[in-house]
Amino acid sequence: MNTKKAESRPAKATIGPVATPAFGRIGIYRHSRAGLLAAAVFLAFCGGIALGDHPMSLVDVVRALAGSGDRFALLTVRELRLPRALVGLLAGAAFGVSGAVFQTVTRNPLASPDLIGIAAGAATAVVAGIVLGVDLPALGLAGGLLTAVVIYLLAWNRGTTGYRIILVGIGISWICTSATSYLLSRARLPDAQRAVGWLVGTLNGRTWDQVRPLATVVILLVPLVLLGSGWLRTLQLGDDVATGLGTPVQRARLVLLLAAVGLVAFATAAAGPVAFVALAAPQIARRLTGAPAPPVIASGLTGALVVLAADLVAREIPVPVGVVTGALGAPFLMWLIVGRTRLA
Amino acid sequence: MLRLFPLLGVLAAVCLLSIAIGVRPIPPGDVVAALFGRGGPDVAGIVWGARIPRTALGLLVGVGLGLAGTLMQALTRNPLADPGLLGISAGAAFGVVIAVAAIGVTSLYGYIWFAFAGALVTSAVVYALGRSSPVTLALTGVAAGALLTSITSGIALVDPDSLNRYRFWAAGSLAGPDPSLVWQVAPFVLAGSVLALATGPALNSLALGEDAAVALGRRVGWVRLQGFSAVTLLTGAAVAAAGPIVFVGLVVPHAARLLIGPDHRRLLPVAAVLAPILLLGADILGRVVVRPGEVGVGIVVALLGAPFFIALVRRRRLAEL
Repeated sequence: MNTKKAESRPAKATIGPVATPAFGRIGIYRHSRAGLLAAAVFLAFCGGIALGDHPMSLVDVVRALAGSGDRFALLTVRELRLPRALVGLLAGAAFGVSGAVFQTVTRNPLASPDLIGIAAGAATAVVAGIVLGVDLPALGLAGGLLTAVVIYLLAWNRGTTGYRIILVGIGISWICTSATSYLLSRARLPDAQRAVGWLVGTLNGRTWDQVRPLATVVILLVPLVLLGSGWLRTLQLGDDVATGLGTPVQRARLVLLLAAVGLVAFATAAAGPVAFVALAAPQIARRLTGAPAPPVIASGLTGALVVLAADLVAREIPVPVGVVTGALGAPFLMWLIVGRTRLA
Repeated sequence: MLRLFPLLGVLAAVCLLSIAIGVRPIPPGDVVAALFGRGGPDVAGIVWGARIPRTALGLLVGVGLGLAGTLMQALTRNPLADPGLLGISAGAAFGVVIAVAAIGVTSLYGYIWFAFAGALVTSAVVYALGRSSPVTLALTGVAAGALLTSITSGIALVDPDSLNRYRFWAAGSLAGPDPSLVWQVAPFVLAGSVLALATGPALNSLALGEDAAVALGRRVGWVRLQGFSAVTLLTGAAVAAAGPIVFVGLVVPHAARLLIGPDHRRLLPVAAVLAPILLLGADILGRVVVRPGEVGVGIVVALLGAPFFIALVRRRRLAEL
């Protein structure tokens, strides 16, 4: 390639303003932050189950989760509130992890499944379903996966690069978004309202039917991403360095992106394209833990926390959860960015 | 510059086509006669009252988005940056929904000013918060955009009437502008364009990295302020007038870079010509395909531009930022 590219490499290898790994802070500090995150997630999870038409105490919730307590509480928790909280937890974690993978592999903090077309593809499929009167729960899933396959195939020309995937993703996302807004402007108003409701992302009325496929995928794919975290570390340094360090770049990228896409597609199918989580969670997690690149586990925890906390607020207003994730996550991310820059 | 002249020729041809072709078929001879002040009054009314303002608006919006997108990608050094990155289009959308839901504005010309005000305020706040580096700026912009989009869709969900107006604005259209709208938008686009073209040489130094730019004698903070002011003026005016069709500004700079390489002194003018070609071409097509109805330009521009863009991207040599 040309020299321009070689010159711009070193500057782009850093994903954000915190370029140097702060070795003194890695050990206990970062782990304790992750521990705090996990505790906060658990609290938000139980809080989400405790609140409702019949509020319960947190002790009752934990007891019911463990399988004891009176029958009424057990029934409420198991059949009504647990599925909703689980979808929030799993979808949030899936968005967070996949966002971390996307941002590391493409070396771009703005890359997220929201921006490069996968959520847009899922949205187009579902909105088309609503407008045409074909309401299939699998539409979002099919739309998301199909879009991802199309993007990867189009970006493949004797190998591919993160940059090319981003650009093709932009193009595809562009087509899907405008197809969605065309459908919206042609729809009858009630249909349009329902479609906008889905487009925002919601946890209302989730049942075990949504939990099971999502849980399976999260249990399978998150460990896969964790296994590939060594690859993530080298890919983040750029293709040339990663190849030099012995990473099979093309294969590593394919495997990691496939896992990330699977997570997003299933999470979107279960909860709708909940805005902003996949983009913000890795950046929030990075700043909370002081890591040089988006950390996978902390990103997942942050994603889950953002969605669960947003759902607590969303129920009170009441609006779909996706309205609140942006309103809640954005100021937090901005505060972290501004605070960190003042310190630096 | 050799590549610019054929492109200008194409642009001129597209402008003429945009004036000649419409929902109501008028023979080209009559159109030409009307242009020179002859011919029947009804044809003159259509040509001067509807088609020329529409073409002029497309030209202004296209130039604005093409320049703003190129600037944005250069300033943030990020290929994913679009002209709305500073939260400009989200701010404009927020302005529209507030105008409809809270103040009860119903005329299109009423809420254009709210859209513009929303864009300006958002952009200024984002710049003030995130100006320390391109990455923080981009992230702050995306965060602000997400925040405003959340509130916008919250309002639109609760209030069906504002959803109803908002969704048409959000589809993006050049249709039916009042001739006065063109005069309202023009000064902003003109000022923004001058500012944008003047940053070209500085952007080339900035592309080498901040330190190199400083070593070359550039005042980086100043260049950024100038660039982002231009982006705000251009995008704010374009989005307020035609809806959030910022994708034009995301894709055109990439296409221009693939055509003539990364030198911003040539890139900016080429993007400024390429974008209105794409926008007006799409607008013409939108008028023709489903006669007597119309498809909004925001939609056609994607279906026309995206496949072309993907084909460009698939070429093996990619000029990176």
